[in-house]
Amino acid sequence: MSETSTLPGLEANPPENWVLRLYIAGQTPKSLAAISNLHRICEEHLAGKYQIEVIDLLEKPQLAEGDKIIAIPTLVRRLPAPIRKIIGDLSDTEKTLVGLQLKHKTV
Amino acid sequence: MFTHIPNYPQIEKIETGIKGFDLISNGGLPKGRTTLVSGTAGSAKTLFAVQFLAEGIQRSGDAGIFVTFEEEPADIRRNVKSLGWDIEAWEEAGKWLFVDASPDPGEEQIESGRYDLGALLARIEYAVSRIGATRLSMDSLGAVFAQFRDGAIVRSELFRISSILRQLKVTSIMTSERTQEYGEIARFGVEEFVADNVVILRNVLDDEKRRRTMEILKYRGTSHQKGEFPFTVVSGRGILAIPLSAMELKQKSSNVRISSGNDALDSMCGGGFFRDSIILASGATGTGKTLITTEFLNGGAKHGERCLLFAFEESREQLFRNADGWGIDFEAMEASGLLKVVCAYPEAASLEDHLIEMKDIIEHFKPHRIAVDSLSAMERVATPKGFREFVISLTSFIKHQEVAGLFTSTTPTLLGGTSVTESHISTLTDSIILLRYVEMNGSMRRGLTVLKMRGSTHDKDILEFNIDGSGMHLGNPFRDVTGILAGNPRETPYDFHSL
Repeated sequence: MSETSTLPGLEANPPENWVLRLYIAGQTPKSLAAISNLHRICEEHLAGKYQIEVIDLLEKPQLAEGDKIIAIPTLVRRLPAPIRKIIGDLSDTEKTLVGLQLKHKTV
Repeated sequence: MFTHIPNYPQIEKIETGIKGFDLISNGGLPKGRTTLVSGTAGSAKTLFAVQFLAEGIQRSGDAGIFVTFEEEPADIRRNVKSLGWDIEAWEEAGKWLFVDASPDPGEEQIESGRYDLGALLARIEYAVSRIGATRLSMDSLGAVFAQFRDGAIVRSELFRISSILRQLKVTSIMTSERTQEYGEIARFGVEEFVADNVVILRNVLDDEKRRRTMEILKYRGTSHQKGEFPFTVVSGRGILAIPLSAMELKQKSSNVRISSGNDALDSMCGGGFFRDSIILASGATGTGKTLITTEFLNGGAKHGERCLLFAFEESREQLFRNADGWGIDFEAMEASGLLKVVCAYPEAASLEDHLIEMKDIIEHFKPHRIAVDSLSAMERVATPKGFREFVISLTSFIKHQEVAGLFTSTTPTLLGGTSVTESHISTLTDSIILLRYVEMNGSMRRGLTVLKMRGSTHDKDILEFNIDGSGMHLGNPFRDVTGILAGNPRETPYDFHSL
């Protein structure tokens, strides 16, 4: 397997503008874990290039329709295109990075 | 001490409006409960789910939520248009709301860590409160399981959803896939959490013919009819179940006599047929079954009664020409609005569809007399079981209308013989007339006898009859012949002692 980036599996040049939307339902442990995991990953890999919008479906359930959200927590990568979804509390950093396409899938 | 017998609350049901299903289920779906509707591919699960909401809106203005995990709302809207359901209009009226959980094509979903289906739940609760829904359909569970890796999470979340729906007093349907017509209830072990009520839809290939049936497998705490009931999907109406054993035998019995259209036959029957009876006329080809039918219709029209003929053997032109040959003017009867002739090829549709169509015509035309010529032609297009159900269902339906019905049945052999039709309906009919060829001294003669006349005495003789330009003429009994009905007529020596 050939790697072009400095760290194994990491994308060399991630795009400049990231818009991420995190859907949660109330302040549950899973929701809180997802928020903190997301902030940590973004600071590590996308410092200065990202915005995070957190939507609580207990307050605004109507907002789940547009992105067809079923599971909680769900992270939606709005930008860069195409839209991608990652479900779960993002505790698996490896999978989260793959989901965001910040990292190649390792075999 | 067993002095106190607790008074268990009865489970309330709501009528689905799906014709026939409400009879089979003794009143509809258990109110506030979730019912699993399980079936193989193409068994009309989605239609059942859509129709449950559609009927609720049309019948009682019940608002409904459709949760789709599979087809996109746009597809569902389009697919049910042909059934006469305008979902878009209902959405505008605030009676129908989609919760769209269908996967976007090509979109990959990655799982990282723990999750639940809280968003789905929040969306359902929001949708229910937004339009005040009392009905909900979820289609299909298999597609939910396909979207997530962890089946255990999906199962427990669906359980949570169904208990919240119960709290919200929403009656719901969840559809689920099966891989075999006769096997486990559903895939993914879903019966574990929505096991209270299970309806199975089948689409079985039986002797090269498709047969749809529905069965209520379980209805916890409440009664239902048992076994499989045939159903069909009709354009413009959706699912129609045909409950046989669910039909009550509540036909009234009338003592009013009506004319068979032939005076001599009337007197053989003790004064005519009864007004709400079923008469079976059986005979080989050419013995005069169509003639008896024609005279029966003419006898009705003469008394100003509306007559309906279902013809499965002859074309309209043939029938009208035949009638003309016997001095009966079908055209004039039709012009006066007293006669309606419906010709159809048995092969043109399935038996269930024929049945639905016939019922529709009967309900619409409201005849006093109905003739089916011949019922046995329908044997060709059905399995024996399907045919039997068809005959029973048609007979009971006609009896419910309290009109006179004359069915003809063609026997397979020229002399003697019975047909499958007879063995199926002879117990359901009130009267049986046999038409037989009698071969004597090198010539074919015709004989008629009234085999059965429920609730009345009748002539037991076998009368010879002739057919000419003015119809059927009954003559003298075959006094010196035996074995006519067995198809083996023999002359008996003249018995002087009986004189």
